[in-house]
Amino acid sequence: MALKIVKGSIDRMFDKNLQDLVRGIRNHKEDEAKYISTCIDEIKQELKQDNIAVKANAVCKLTYLQMLGYDVSWAAFNIVEVMSSSKFTYKRIGYLAASQCFHESTDVIMLTTNQIRKDLSSPNQYDTGVALTGLSCFVTPDLARDLANDIMTLMSHTKPYIRKKAVLIMYKVFLKYPESLRPAFPRLKEKLEDPDPGVQSAAVNVICELARRNPKNYLSLAPLFFKLMTSSTNNWVLIKIIKLFGALTPLEPRLGKKLIEPLTNLIHSTSAMSLLYECVNTVIAVLISLSSGMPNHSASIQLCVQKLRILIEDSDQNLKYLGLLAMSKILKTHPKSVQSHKDLILQCLDDKDESIRLRALDLLYGMVSKKNLMEIVKKLMLHVDKAEGTTYRDELLTKIIDICSQSNYQYITNFEWYISILVELTRLEGTRHGHLIASQMLDVAIRVKAIRVFAVAQMATLLDNAHLLTGNVQRKGICEVLYAAAWICGEFSEHLENPMQTLEAMLRPKVATLPGHIQAVYVQNAAKLFATVLKSQEGNTEGTAAQETSQLMIDRLPLFVQSANLEVQERASCILQLVKYIQKLQQKDVEVAEEVCALFAGELNPVAPKAQKKVPVPEGLDLDAWINEPPSESESEDEQPRAIFAKEEPKHSRPRHTEVDEKELARRREARKQEQANNPFYIKASPSSQKVYQEAPGVEHIPVVQIDLSVPLKVPGLPMSDQYVKLEEERRQKERAEKKKKDKKKRKEKRSGRGKKHDSGPESEEDITPAHMVDIVTEEMPENALPSDDDEKDPNDPHKALDIDLDSLVETARRRPLADSEKLPVRSHRAAEALKSPAEDGEAESAAPPELKKKSSKDKREKKKDKDRDRKKSKEEKKKKKHKHEEKEEDLLGGQADEPVVQPEETSEVAALPSSTSAEEAATVAEAAPVPEAASCTAPDSEPDEPKDTELEETKSSKHKKKKQKKEKEEKEKKKKKKHHHHHHHSDGGAEESVQNGTVEEEEPLPPMSNYCLLAENSYIKMMMEDADQVNDIQGNLQDGSQVVVSVIFENKCESFLKSMEFNVLDSLNCKLQRPEGSGPHDGLTVPFQLPPGVSNEARFVFTVQSIVMPQKLKGTLTFIVKNEDSSTHEKLDFKLHFTCTSYLITTPCYSDAFAKLLESGDLKGSSVRLEGVNMPFHHLLARICFHHHFSVVERIDSCASMYSRSIQGHHVCLLVKTSDQTVSIDAKCDEPTLLGNVLDEIKQTFSQC
Amino acid sequence: MIKAILIFNNHGKPRLSKFYEHYNEDTEQQIIRETFHLVSKRDENVCNFLEGGMLIGGSDYKLIYRHYATLYFVFCVDSSESELGILDLIQVFVETLDKCFENVCELDLIFHVDKVHNILAEMVMGGMVLETNMNEIITQVDAQNKMEKSETFIFQSTRQDR
Repeated sequence: MALKIVKGSIDRMFDKNLQDLVRGIRNHKEDEAKYISTCIDEIKQELKQDNIAVKANAVCKLTYLQMLGYDVSWAAFNIVEVMSSSKFTYKRIGYLAASQCFHESTDVIMLTTNQIRKDLSSPNQYDTGVALTGLSCFVTPDLARDLANDIMTLMSHTKPYIRKKAVLIMYKVFLKYPESLRPAFPRLKEKLEDPDPGVQSAAVNVICELARRNPKNYLSLAPLFFKLMTSSTNNWVLIKIIKLFGALTPLEPRLGKKLIEPLTNLIHSTSAMSLLYECVNTVIAVLISLSSGMPNHSASIQLCVQKLRILIEDSDQNLKYLGLLAMSKILKTHPKSVQSHKDLILQCLDDKDESIRLRALDLLYGMVSKKNLMEIVKKLMLHVDKAEGTTYRDELLTKIIDICSQSNYQYITNFEWYISILVELTRLEGTRHGHLIASQMLDVAIRVKAIRVFAVAQMATLLDNAHLLTGNVQRKGICEVLYAAAWICGEFSEHLENPMQTLEAMLRPKVATLPGHIQAVYVQNAAKLFATVLKSQEGNTEGTAAQETSQLMIDRLPLFVQSANLEVQERASCILQLVKYIQKLQQKDVEVAEEVCALFAGELNPVAPKAQKKVPVPEGLDLDAWINEPPSESESEDEQPRAIFAKEEPKHSRPRHTEVDEKELARRREARKQEQANNPFYIKASPSSQKVYQEAPGVEHIPVVQIDLSVPLKVPGLPMSDQYVKLEEERRQKERAEKKKKDKKKRKEKRSGRGKKHDSGPESEEDITPAHMVDIVTEEMPENALPSDDDEKDPNDPHKALDIDLDSLVETARRRPLADSEKLPVRSHRAAEALKSPAEDGEAESAAPPELKKKSSKDKREKKKDKDRDRKKSKEEKKKKKHKHEEKEEDLLGGQADEPVVQPEETSEVAALPSSTSAEEAATVAEAAPVPEAASCTAPDSEPDEPKDTELEETKSSKHKKKKQKKEKEEKEKKKKKKHHHHHHHSDGGAEESVQNGTVEEEEPLPPMSNYCLLAENSYIKMMMEDADQVNDIQGNLQDGSQVVVSVIFENKCESFLKSMEFNVLDSLNCKLQRPEGSGPHDGLTVPFQLPPGVSNEARFVFTVQSIVMPQKLKGTLTFIVKNEDSSTHEKLDFKLHFTCTSYLITTPCYSDAFAKLLESGDLKGSSVRLEGVNMPFHHLLARICFHHHFSVVERIDSCASMYSRSIQGHHVCLLVKTSDQTVSIDAKCDEPTLLGNVLDEIKQTFSQC
Repeated sequence: MIKAILIFNNHGKPRLSKFYEHYNEDTEQQIIRETFHLVSKRDENVCNFLEGGMLIGGSDYKLIYRHYATLYFVFCVDSSESELGILDLIQVFVETLDKCFENVCELDLIFHVDKVHNILAEMVMGGMVLETNMNEIITQVDAQNKMEKSETFIFQSTRQDR
């Protein structure tokens, strides 16, 4: 062994270390790859050795090679080995390697769970630190789930170094395992006020990151952050907080108002530019969120803009950049403030720094007005010409289009100018945005009717000069515009000056080199053109001309029929047949033009982009239902669905014949001629057009007709759009002059008449009227479209999962406490330690039974309440317990499987609710949950699979316990048959122990039970009262008389809004509604909420009861206002509140020995009752008594059970329930015979009802 | 959040790459190349921010870099980070390196990339800024190096015992 080690270390001396490797690589510059591959071989050898030092060295080298781009995933297992070394040096190497190359699909990651857990709890803080750092890089959902609890423990570590790392990594854990957010949040919040600034900063960091994605859940933290902001001096923290406020203010304008002052102060006082900048940014966000134009905030805007101007004018390019960036935010809401700095921004367009130019471009978007649009675009066009780098030029191009098309072409006064700009843009070399230009052309031509004549003329020229666009390989992207050009010329062919020429241009053989989808449009629109041409020619009564046109079609179309692109082929062959048929008719001198035109008649209106989505689904149509039987899986795999509607990739659609050589072409042509000659149906082409087809495309064959335009298309030496700028100026001048004349005549009337839709622009803008009346056709929407304007979030966004309501954990109105299912999984599970008896707290008076606690899982809701209460009460003890818990964990380390088991005690600790009032509220919500759900919530808690484990653990742990405790469990899952398991657990004085196990047997599941009964109902509202559990939350009030809490659910049943609900009850001598101080005995209580249609909510009312031995009935009235759209009416609803004696009983656990003592004492008076014909299993019977009458089972032997309950005034009620056949006999004892009699009557009634 | 931290020299040779999001090795190299291409063509006195490349980035991301002698330090960050703050952070990083290596130069980074990683790990964790105080960072790094030394010392002494 020793020899082996020595040998290992000698080997190691000869091994290359990282430095040697780097040196080697540097010395082998020529054959680097070869050298590295030999090194990798060496590393593989080293990894095979047993010596961990050698392995670590090898892994270290691999990390370096990984950086150079070599895949080292094959060594993943070795990395895990090195990670698990006990030496910090190696461990660090291992974790570094893992952080560099592990990711979610690395399978060995699952082997690391226990190792990481061990490292996390290492006594050496740097082991923990290294593990946390590594984990932060490669945490997976599984790791996050398994380790969340360990990391959360570390958040309270004694060393700030560990704390801050643990806090920070929680963000990663949340991302991977969103369920951990709610349980961990309270502690995270605590860390915001950690004494260590580093930890505090980390917590701020994490919460900011969380809040940025889902700000609304963090609004409640605003006061805390506000405090931090005014107290902290750490600029990093301040920046983060201020950024966070920027995200929060849009949701809560009131917060913004509060912020302005401290932020303004900071802006004035800070010397740190970074902080100043963030302050300005947040002030801007605040101003945006506040309704703009509030007079007292204009000063703030001015301050911001001023500061930004200083930044932009700064010689530091960074500040200039940021200034522009922030300016663009102001622009959105306060364009005028920014517009006054137009000079500065235009100046930045000429900056040598591209980043700055891009930012300035962004700003331009908001700077344009009707007045300056042309001027600005002209400037941009100059930049386009000068720009080197395609990225910047493409950016310019998109910006030009953005600027012009913004808000429905609001600023364009002359669409001819715009079309010319678009046409000019097509001359750009190598742009990727042909598609964008094309869609603009289409959009304008379709929506601006007045421009069609001009657009069609321009497009015709484009088509004519198509070779200019397609000639160069670099210009691939731009040929998209031909798509638009062809479509426009076809669709609006009636405006064409010379349709015949355009038709010729569209049928040129060169067209066949265009991408398929464009060819298809060409073919289709050639047909439309053909129709137009026919119409004009037939009108001229020259039959021959029309026939020649048909012949042209027949000659040219076969080229497309051969196309490899199916779409082109299909359209071409259809149209070819059509034309052939037309020709036949023409030869018979039949006038066909009308009918052909009818083929393409009808206006195509633009359809809104969202229209399809907004078509409401008709009633009764289930889109998800299968129309036919779903195909078997194997079938669907075989079929490769084709994207029929998606655009084909241009390269696929390139026609075959362009690739074949000349010879082949000639041969085919021969063959075809042969075939055609033999084909009696083939009409022979005229020789001239045949020639055109055979030769290269010749533009010169087509007579060029000068297009008569008011503006020449191209002025030599001057881009044509410039022409418009001049023209426009002239026009405006003329207009102004005219207007002045008019104004003189009727100045006043005119002003008021011109209030157009664009009220945002400056006044001078309104003076500019569009060159021609532009009527922008609105986009069509389906009838009864849904009004929603939803911008969907990316469903893959990992942050979506973190949109979790956290307010419930903090103090707000509607709370949702941590459900049992939300606990963080932990490896070990123990009994709920020291679930403190509810009785313990309040009462010293409680005489007879020892302080007891029973947790009956029979009554799920009950259980929850207990737990919540316990959370609250045992809060102080938690620290002690946690310490214990940690000890325990160490024992269990290593051997324990990482199977997560929910552990109740831990959660109650975790869930330490910050607000002390929450327990009561929480209980309400728990009650409100329907019973089955509650059952499933508690399911994991009950650990049905491992009852023995639980017991063992319990026995073990109970030794340490000082508190008396008892726990009883009963499983009644709604699931399959589960083991019925309940055990009693009692330790007395820390030494004595008694475990009384109930029976363990298979029993059928219980039917669901509800405690809510209908109180009253009318057409507007339904009141449901919970008749049983009222008394449960009022332990604290036991001493003074007795209080009963009644939960009432109000449900709005009508279509109207219900508000101003007032709940009033006629008090009796014995029973009074508790009203707020100062209100009279007949005043009603306002229900603290309003009810929108269909909504239900729960309110709780407290009653004081003097004597509880008799049931009570109280009359009450609910008044409310029904608010319709136009009217509101007062309504009222009468109800009767029924307080049964049962409702004065509290489920109280009791041990059998205490129970026996109680019965022996002789203070109790007996009574008994027999129930006949009860046809239900015994455990159902018991469950019912427990559930409806608040008893708990003390002991159960076969068909006999003892039960116990206690009244809110401390009366003991004991039952002995026996069953034989269908008869149930109940012997009862109580120290108050009247109460007992009433309770028994009520029990009897419960069973007579079923 | 910081998405990636890259250090490369004037010729685009990577000296350190730390990605806080997973990419495969080829993409990583492509990103480094692309970033180098973007950064290297910029003049000396232009701003230190630029919109990210195609590979790393998207609209929310920015490249924030500083150029020191032969090395580029590039941070790819999203909008939750303060631009000027990250510039400061780079400065802190470089100053820390300078302290730890005593007049740091490119060669230190070439031969001790592991140490650079360890220093970086004390500043940035999982893409989030962990510590910005240089003294604190150096204290922690030194403490860990001391541990490492003590371990090798034990190792060596046991060897001598034999």
